[in-house]
Amino acid sequence: MSERILAIDGLCAALSPRGRSADGAALLRAVSLAVAVGEVHGLVGMSGAGKSLITKAILGILPAGIELTGGSIRFAGNELIGCPEARYRQLLGREIALIPQDPLTALNPSRRIEAQMTDVMRLHLSLTRRAARARALALLRDVRIREPEAVLRRYPHELSGGMRQRVLIAIGFACEPRLIIADEPTTSLDVTVQKEILRLIRDLQRRQNTTLLFVTHDLGVVAKICQRVSVLHAGMILEHGATADIMAAPRHPFTRALFAATPRYDAPAEALAPVPAAVLSEIAGAAQRFDAARRG
Amino acid sequence: MTRIESGRDLIRAEAIHVALPDRGRRRLFGRTPQVDILRGVDFRIGRGETVGIVGESGSGKTTLGRVLLRLLQPSAGRLYFDGQEITAADQETLRPLRPRMQMIFQNPLSSLNPRHTIGEIVGAPIRAATARAALRDRVATALRRAELGPAYAGRYPHQLSGGERQRVGIARAIVGEPSFILADEIVSGLDVSTQAQILTLLRSLQRDMGLALALIAHDLSVVRVLCDRVVVLWQGRIVEQGTCAQVFAAPRHAYTRRLIAAIPLPEIDDGWFDRPEIDADIDAEA
Repeated sequence: MSERILAIDGLCAALSPRGRSADGAALLRAVSLAVAVGEVHGLVGMSGAGKSLITKAILGILPAGIELTGGSIRFAGNELIGCPEARYRQLLGREIALIPQDPLTALNPSRRIEAQMTDVMRLHLSLTRRAARARALALLRDVRIREPEAVLRRYPHELSGGMRQRVLIAIGFACEPRLIIADEPTTSLDVTVQKEILRLIRDLQRRQNTTLLFVTHDLGVVAKICQRVSVLHAGMILEHGATADIMAAPRHPFTRALFAATPRYDAPAEALAPVPAAVLSEIAGAAQRFDAARRG
Repeated sequence: MTRIESGRDLIRAEAIHVALPDRGRRRLFGRTPQVDILRGVDFRIGRGETVGIVGESGSGKTTLGRVLLRLLQPSAGRLYFDGQEITAADQETLRPLRPRMQMIFQNPLSSLNPRHTIGEIVGAPIRAATARAALRDRVATALRRAELGPAYAGRYPHQLSGGERQRVGIARAIVGEPSFILADEIVSGLDVSTQAQILTLLRSLQRDMGLALALIAHDLSVVRVLCDRVVVLWQGRIVEQGTCAQVFAAPRHAYTRRLIAAIPLPEIDDGWFDRPEIDADIDAEA
């Protein structure tokens, strides 16, 4: 296998045990995930599966009350768990960047786009104000914004959802990071805008040879942009492999159920079915056995 | 109020125009310029029929929905509900019709009052006209039909998951035994499995209760699950309509083809990104 930029190995997370109560509920159960340089890797699961917990663990921003109870997260060979905050400040934005889900809450409503775009470049690339502005304009052109000068003067609320998402993509790619985590970046967009946004991400990713961890619940998006995919439920990776293989022949019953739950305009409506309770309880049983083995 | 021969149409909208003030061009003095949102839309839905209204943001689909419920009075055109013209009807005329036409909203959290219990929220549409004991029964029935247990009646919106909140929205919409429901982007924030649950629930309720359902969506795959017919809106006009099977298998208008081409189906398709966008053709056909 080619060089791994991100290697998560046996990652476990749980609610922090409070007071005298024995142990907190497990949230991640020995999650392993290897992503090669230049790969677009899909992380697929329903809400509550643990997708955003994994991304927060990578970014070192786990919420209070949740702690990692085992495993490792190696970025370019270096352990991220327990790495000092000063090191994280060097990494985030520069080597690891995030394209968030909700562009409105991710942007500061009281600052112009220019300030929000140039902050990260002035900090990490030591650019002057003028040089950072020039780079911001170039980036906005890269994400096909027609009047970049005007957009730099705007506040977030003055832009459409699609435009805000373009700005956030530009910010994500600004310092040519080695790893970008894209957290459901197209979930709230129209299908036509979604396609343009996916195309932009793919083009920039190819040009910079960025590694992308693409978090989504949409197997359709995975099929179009990811080379490899990991399917997550109940904090466990149930299946992983090349996207083409999983699209052609999903092995895990949960993955097969996800396909059956995805509506298709070209298929009769009767084909649609939610994930069966039997599949979910089977996974819940496996989770319980995992937790018991860890306690035992 | 004139009565007309309604045939089998539950709602009929003829040549609907809507113009609203253009907030982007607000002036300090004088009238704000108007912008046309709907430009002559004809729409009908029969009893028990399911129709998808699709288009992108700005196509006018939400505005059309607001007109169909007469939440918004059209600038021109005529609107009939069950044979009765309601184009310019006042609140008093509309009040007895309200329980028969209901809506399920896009964002279940912001459309539910956080201070009210689920029981109060679900019962609200029929509270004024229903005795207290009967109200409790009808709320319980609506919750059960939406596949929520009776215990939910005492809970608050923030205690529920996104899928449960959407079920509350459905229970509230069906509690008054309506004949028409408008559902506006009801599954766009939900993950696929929850989405499939809500869609199959709504499909079986629609069939059991004989509801006429208009589903507003930008995702044509969602429309296919619930609707017999689809109308495609673009820039305030209907550019194509027909049965879902027809339109999705052989779209005639360039805009419909563009919407379909943008849907990422869960299958490998190497040419998907390279398939040309065809805006020029759309303008040519418009």
